[in-house]
Amino acid sequence: MSTLSPEFSLRPTGRLRRRRIVNKIMEGVGTLAALLAVAVLGLVIVSVAVRAAPAISLDFFTKPPNIFGGPGGGISSAIVGSILIVGMATALALPLGVLIAIYLTEFAPRAVAVPVQLVLDILNGLPTIVTGIFVYGILVIGHTQSAYAGAVALAIVMLPLVARAAQETLLLVPSALREGALALGVSRWRTVLGVILPTTLGGILTGGVLAMARAAGETAPLLFTSSIFNPAVSTDVSHALPNIPVLIFTYSEQPDQVLHEQAWGAALVLMAFVLVASLSAKALLARSQRKLGR
Amino acid sequence: MTTHNVTIPVEVGPVEIAQERRAPAPAQREVVFDIRDLAVNYGPTTAISGVTLEIYKNYITAMIGPSGCGKSTFIRCLNRMNDLVPGATIDGQVLYQGQDIYGDGVDPVEVRRRIGMVFQRANPFPKSIYDNVAWGPRVLGMKKDLDERVEKALTGAALWNEVKDRLKKSGLSLSGGQQQRLCIARAIAIEPDVLLLDEPASALDPIATTAIEELMHELKKEYTLVIVTHNMQQAARVADLTAFFSLEVTESKRTGVLVEYDSTDKIFTNPAEKRTEDYVTGRFG
Repeated sequence: MSTLSPEFSLRPTGRLRRRRIVNKIMEGVGTLAALLAVAVLGLVIVSVAVRAAPAISLDFFTKPPNIFGGPGGGISSAIVGSILIVGMATALALPLGVLIAIYLTEFAPRAVAVPVQLVLDILNGLPTIVTGIFVYGILVIGHTQSAYAGAVALAIVMLPLVARAAQETLLLVPSALREGALALGVSRWRTVLGVILPTTLGGILTGGVLAMARAAGETAPLLFTSSIFNPAVSTDVSHALPNIPVLIFTYSEQPDQVLHEQAWGAALVLMAFVLVASLSAKALLARSQRKLGR
Repeated sequence: MTTHNVTIPVEVGPVEIAQERRAPAPAQREVVFDIRDLAVNYGPTTAISGVTLEIYKNYITAMIGPSGCGKSTFIRCLNRMNDLVPGATIDGQVLYQGQDIYGDGVDPVEVRRRIGMVFQRANPFPKSIYDNVAWGPRVLGMKKDLDERVEKALTGAALWNEVKDRLKKSGLSLSGGQQQRLCIARAIAIEPDVLLLDEPASALDPIATTAIEELMHELKKEYTLVIVTHNMQQAARVADLTAFFSLEVTESKRTGVLVEYDSTDKIFTNPAEKRTEDYVTGRFG
């Protein structure tokens, strides 16, 4: 009978033991940091929802603000205005951004593509207050505030996001697919239109939706371009239109408790939109990746 | 008592050679490609240099040789696919029916329209089977009788019977061998003159490979075929003419060169060059 007394042990001892403890500690700290991020989001959602609860009713969504500040009234005009402004911004930024991405991935020589990418990244980092004052100087001074000026400002915010997201998606298209189309004697542009864009549509739309969610909450550009408005529901984009971010900002400055509740309510609406947009973007992306895979 | 005869007589060759192969007599030769002193550089590295050969109409010409000898680089010069590689420069001449495809004012799109290509990995578009074949003709303005054209191309690629009931299904739903035949159908749907096949069966199982090889014999009645293969037996089975490429290693430079080009019979049974003999008998590569 042999005894089990090897000259070495497979159990942790000495330095290995210390390494294991350090490993466990770092794993714990990392987990805690991740939990903290989740907790922050949870806390924001809960506190906004609790404070918004008194304001939420059918009237809140369907009625414009009460002009004389009395009880009742809602934020319907701000919802309409936000939809119009963000919609116009998307209509500007999405096609332009996709074209930029197509140029960068399909046509541009490397020597041009790299600096243009850098420009897009800088534009993405541009403080939105700067974008706001720029558009204010160009489109508002000498004219008046207007929804389309707000849309232009938001489009500038969205453009680099859309372009970079579309570019990332286009880069995922296997070069074999491009070669297959080009080998048929098809021009580059028709290849892009017929094969590459249909393949990447999901990913491009995902980028568009995320950029839209980002733009919907931008406040600084709209303070310059669409903040002095008639609170009634309007679709006249040549004038400043009420919108959710500016409404949250101005209502929270008012001394009226009801308006404070409405500001929280509007914040909840905005947050819900961003959450839904992000989740649907994820779903869209998953769908388009299935298409690219086998 | 057993004898171990390990040397294979060169006369027999390592593989059986199909009967229907034939080398063109000089009188029957109709030159499609006349390639003169072709050299390709990728930046500072030379991929191939000094390649001169002729490719004949309605024959299958195979390019064989060890990995990295430039046979794919060579075939990609024939329809200007190397234009897509950044930093690739091409010297020499590629005359296609007398016209230099690298000449001034030549549009690579027009070249590729006449000289189709099938790639190593099947690359069907993420579209339906029908649209995979119909897209090329549609974009190129061949919209008349599109259904007939699609059927003809799929029949020509020996795929029609397998897919005729599911033309609306995605091309990606097919098996690997079927996908490759779909790519062949896509290429012949625009009625090119020449079909370039870059290792078309290297990712396929033996049964699918046999199907592709049989298809090639059919296709050469209408098209001129150029195939790159690392599989010698495949070259021996399908090609009328075979070109053997190899690597020339000199002073830390590795350059692909054309060693020998002749009828497939000659290359596999009685090659003129020692290097060819070493390769086809399996002593090298």
